[in-house]
Amino acid sequence: MKIIILGAGQVGGTLAENLANERNDITVIDTDAERLRELGDRLDIGTVHGMGCYPAVLKDAGAEDADMLIAVTNSDEVNMIACQVAYSLFRTPSKIARIRTAHYTSRADKLFNENALPIDVIISPEQVVTDYIKRLIEHPGALQVVNFAGGRVQLVAVRAYYGGPLVGNELRELRKHMPNVDTRVAAIFRRGRPIIPEGNTVIEADDEVFFIAAKNDIRAVMSELRRLEHNYKRVLIAGGGNIGYRLAKSIQHRYNVKVLERSPGRAEWLGEKLHQTVVLQGLATDRDELLKANIENTDVFCALTNDDEANIMASLLAKRLGARKVMTLISNPAYVDLVQGHDIDIAISPQQSTIGSLLSHVRRGDVVNVYSLRRGAAEAIEAIAHGDSKSSKVVGRAIEDIDLPEGTTIGAIVRGEKVLIAHDDVVIEPDDHVILFLIDKRRTRDVEKLFQVGFTFF
Amino acid sequence: MHFALISKILGLLLVVFSFTMMPPVAVSYWYQEGSEGPFLVSFVITLLLGLALWLPFFKHKEELQTRDGFLVVTLFWSVLGVIGALPLYISNDVPVGFTDAVFESVSGLTTTGATILSGIDFLPKSILFYRQQLQWLGGMGVVVLAVAILPMLGVGGMQLYKAEIPGPMKDAKLTPRIAETAKALWLLYLFITVACAVLYWAAGMTIFDAICHSFSTVATGGFSTHDASMAYWDNPWIDWTATLFILIGGLNFALHFAVWRGRSLIAYVRDPEFRFFMTLFLLYTALITVGLLAFEVDVTADDALRHSAFQVASFSTGTGLTSTNAAAWPGFIPYLLIFTSFIGGCAGSTGGGMKAVRAALVFHHSIRELRRLIYPNGMFALRFGRHSVPDRVLQAVWGFVGVYITLSVIFTLLFTLTGMDLTTAVSAVAASLNNLGVGIGQVGGGFANITDSAKWMMTVLMVAGRLEVFTLLVLFTPMFWRQ
Repeated sequence: MKIIILGAGQVGGTLAENLANERNDITVIDTDAERLRELGDRLDIGTVHGMGCYPAVLKDAGAEDADMLIAVTNSDEVNMIACQVAYSLFRTPSKIARIRTAHYTSRADKLFNENALPIDVIISPEQVVTDYIKRLIEHPGALQVVNFAGGRVQLVAVRAYYGGPLVGNELRELRKHMPNVDTRVAAIFRRGRPIIPEGNTVIEADDEVFFIAAKNDIRAVMSELRRLEHNYKRVLIAGGGNIGYRLAKSIQHRYNVKVLERSPGRAEWLGEKLHQTVVLQGLATDRDELLKANIENTDVFCALTNDDEANIMASLLAKRLGARKVMTLISNPAYVDLVQGHDIDIAISPQQSTIGSLLSHVRRGDVVNVYSLRRGAAEAIEAIAHGDSKSSKVVGRAIEDIDLPEGTTIGAIVRGEKVLIAHDDVVIEPDDHVILFLIDKRRTRDVEKLFQVGFTFF
Repeated sequence: MHFALISKILGLLLVVFSFTMMPPVAVSYWYQEGSEGPFLVSFVITLLLGLALWLPFFKHKEELQTRDGFLVVTLFWSVLGVIGALPLYISNDVPVGFTDAVFESVSGLTTTGATILSGIDFLPKSILFYRQQLQWLGGMGVVVLAVAILPMLGVGGMQLYKAEIPGPMKDAKLTPRIAETAKALWLLYLFITVACAVLYWAAGMTIFDAICHSFSTVATGGFSTHDASMAYWDNPWIDWTATLFILIGGLNFALHFAVWRGRSLIAYVRDPEFRFFMTLFLLYTALITVGLLAFEVDVTADDALRHSAFQVASFSTGTGLTSTNAAAWPGFIPYLLIFTSFIGGCAGSTGGGMKAVRAALVFHHSIRELRRLIYPNGMFALRFGRHSVPDRVLQAVWGFVGVYITLSVIFTLLFTLTGMDLTTAVSAVAASLNNLGVGIGQVGGGFANITDSAKWMMTVLMVAGRLEVFTLLVLFTPMFWRQ
């Protein structure tokens, strides 16, 4: 597929890396020549230096025969105009744009269509990251929570601890412990290495377990793997930027939320907008400020400023001062491995959480959701099965008969409103949403092929 | 330095290259010469050597760094030069020692075209074909070919590509993916070669000669299947066809690609390097035609134009095919021809020399310095075509030109030590460093009679010239080897 990416920033760069590794023809456009050179040295991509919304620049990047334009520059306006230019001059089939400000997104239905601004998909990384953190706060103890089929099914990553009833036992015990709860363990990562779970696999302490279950059963399954944590009550957010503000706004009615913001002007603005939140003005890396914010009784401390180093330092400090859980926004992937799992409970990579929402549009076959897991090594996919037993490789077959690529498991199937946890004898019907887990994302292409309807193979 | 990875890639490349011993075997069978033995032996040796380097590190996974790229490419060219000499060395039909065999093989691969053989007309066809094939493979670059057909080279392919492709702006890819770029270049190259062969055949060559000469023409190589080179035919149609395809080979293939994709010749006209290169070509041709008409007694205007155009194209791109005995031309014409090879072909072409784009940039820069003397505070952007040239590129160009000239001077002096006179020494440097392949003076009739030490020096210069000096020279800096 020929894809043009506008903007070589964090999102654009990560996206280019992901897509280039999947054998797409990627061209990245940016105004920063240095950044482009650095990216071009590292990846097998084309680069064009210039303003991404200018027709000549787009033409240079091969817009005439591009299949997709992904506009993720810092400027909403540039992104919008680029999509308009691509549509009007080059008839580019798919156009995805990042639109941040709510001033535009709140009128999305009127603004973004063929007759106005022809953008097919709007993405808002801040919203994606906010939702991601929100789910983590709602599921105490989870390392990662992702939604499928509109949230009816969730995939949860959790670290097994001593004290969980299942730890030290075979997986098939799970059914005996909880006859009423249906779940499927999709993968286990033990000391960073993947294990395909079988009935007789024994869960050890410190394993990272990915399981899939209906939303209401998540808590029950988690209680099997570790002592259940109490629901969080007190949340302290460091950094009242876009993400901090959105998060506070979406959880303030259920939790006791404090926001610590450095800039007095911004703090004042937050104070006006957030009625149920306590807004404090001060530095998150200042010990006294944290103590004043009652850090020792805080359940969750979220460091969400746009400065990695400040986030990490503030989180370490908060943990030392008694915060129960700390979550830290870290853009630099090299830092994530350094800090996660030690003093910082969960490192959130904004690129990884955003990338999934983009990948789902690039995939062949009818793919609804893609989530990048374990820093991009693994992937969870929700695909819709089409066709009939003749034209499709999955429809009309029992799960045990499907020729799945190596390292891939089917976790669950959503049929209409019903959630079916995948067992070997479940037969897939047309229009089922199939949720798959890939230990190795290099198998993605095979999975795509599986879900493409037959006539493309003639 | 990732030696395991380097060994793996080198082994893989040798395995692939070993199969190029097969076409000469086919030629030998076709003409029933019974001369396939040396090629089969060489095939087995190359294959085994490749496997020995490759298999131990079969599962090794690492990413190739820029540094490793230089080493892989230089090693590959050196190893290939020696391996390529095997059939010549083993064969009883070619009476050459080891030094001569390596000289001939490297001269072929680097598209130099200097030969130590005489009586070429009487050699077996398989050997003749093999020599031409070496030139053709070396023309667009063996590493670029490997990048095109071996997808597993992946991102590292770019590092290799950069170390082999000539010209100052190596980052320019034709397509987003390097493998596709390499593939496009080779397809284009193949297409042009086929066109050339068909025209040669139509102009009166036998099919065998047409194919062989199309190889050495488009690759701007210079090997021929006859001692007399193109003068063997003395046919205007053949000479003009050769002139045209030498020029095509000497132009930037990225430019050909743009023309091919855009279906319009406008890209040629817009390209400043093309204009510079063609201006020089027309200027030299006019000068030499006038010179020939003025000083030679029995020459027609047609012939004067034909031979000067052919020789200028052949010398200025570092090809080295000859349509007549140009060394005997009057006045400074032979020296002028030798010096045109220093400027050479265009960047990204199969031609040798310093490349037209560098010469053009140096020229424009000199003009700018002159202007600065008049307006010391003036801001004069250095424009090349529609874009201004970044200082970074300019510095690299000056560095290259400086090293190139220094190297030429040093080796000219070294050659005189081996017993050559100054004219011969300068022409030997031009013949090897510029991948020109023909000389004047004592080496006017071939390089068989120079000393062994001179042959080895020329061999090194040929590889240095083909890899544009820096790729080779960087290996001799201590910093390269420091961890």
